[in-house]
Amino acid sequence: MIDKQEYAKLVKEKSPKSREIKTLFFAFLIGGFICCIGEAVGDITKLIIPEVGKVTEGQITSCVMIFLGSLLTGIGIYDKIGKVAGAGSIVPITGFANSIVSPAMEYNREGVVLGVMSRMFVVAGPIIVSGVLASIFVGLVYWIISLF
Amino acid sequence: MDIFLRYLQVFAVGGFVCLLGQLLINLTKMTSARILVTFLLIGCLLEAVGIFEPIEKFAGAGITVPIIGFGSNLVKGALKGFSEKGVLGILLGGLQAASAGVSSAILFGFLMAIIFKSRTKT
Repeated sequence: MIDKQEYAKLVKEKSPKSREIKTLFFAFLIGGFICCIGEAVGDITKLIIPEVGKVTEGQITSCVMIFLGSLLTGIGIYDKIGKVAGAGSIVPITGFANSIVSPAMEYNREGVVLGVMSRMFVVAGPIIVSGVLASIFVGLVYWIISLF
Repeated sequence: MDIFLRYLQVFAVGGFVCLLGQLLINLTKMTSARILVTFLLIGCLLEAVGIFEPIEKFAGAGITVPIIGFGSNLVKGALKGFSEKGVLGILLGGLQAASAGVSSAILFGFLMAIIFKSRTKT
């Protein structure tokens, strides 16, 4: 037998953990589902344009996924998905689109230039900067290696 | 059955990547911007050491749809630029390869933000 206090302590210990496991489960489920949509977009592209190359197929897929992410953010559905999915909605490329549209919409009233155009890069800016820097860094490393 | 298996692979790997992201959020309380940057850099690293290609062969969109794919694209472009145009190609190739993602994100992001005015936060 455990008394009330011990029980309360036990609940406190256990409950955040089970909530964390739940977030992991939904991140897996919804993240995997979004990736399957991406695969389906690629398959449909191949059906419509059979001669499409692998590179072009990837480009079309990312355009479509970014469009879907922006649209769902615009009509307010993506944030609702995000509440359940957590990282499942952040990590896919649709989350990148969401990170652009969301602040741009929020600061819409500050005008087009200072509101929308500048705020859209609040999150996307760091992503593009870090990505470009990393790609240049890797390129330089390959260049230095190729010298020897 | 073949197609079912392929989608299962996409689902499993894509889901696993997102699960890792959620684990990172739960453990470190990272913001979504940091999560995105972290996974982008993971993608750059995977491409740089050449692990990305085999994962992509197995998982398809399961690894290219997460932002990891974006990072890998940037590095792939920079290396392709280097092999074709030399040192200048390192600067040219990255954004060239990622141009579809960046340009469409800017276009659709701008349009949606103009069309759907901000709603009051609940």
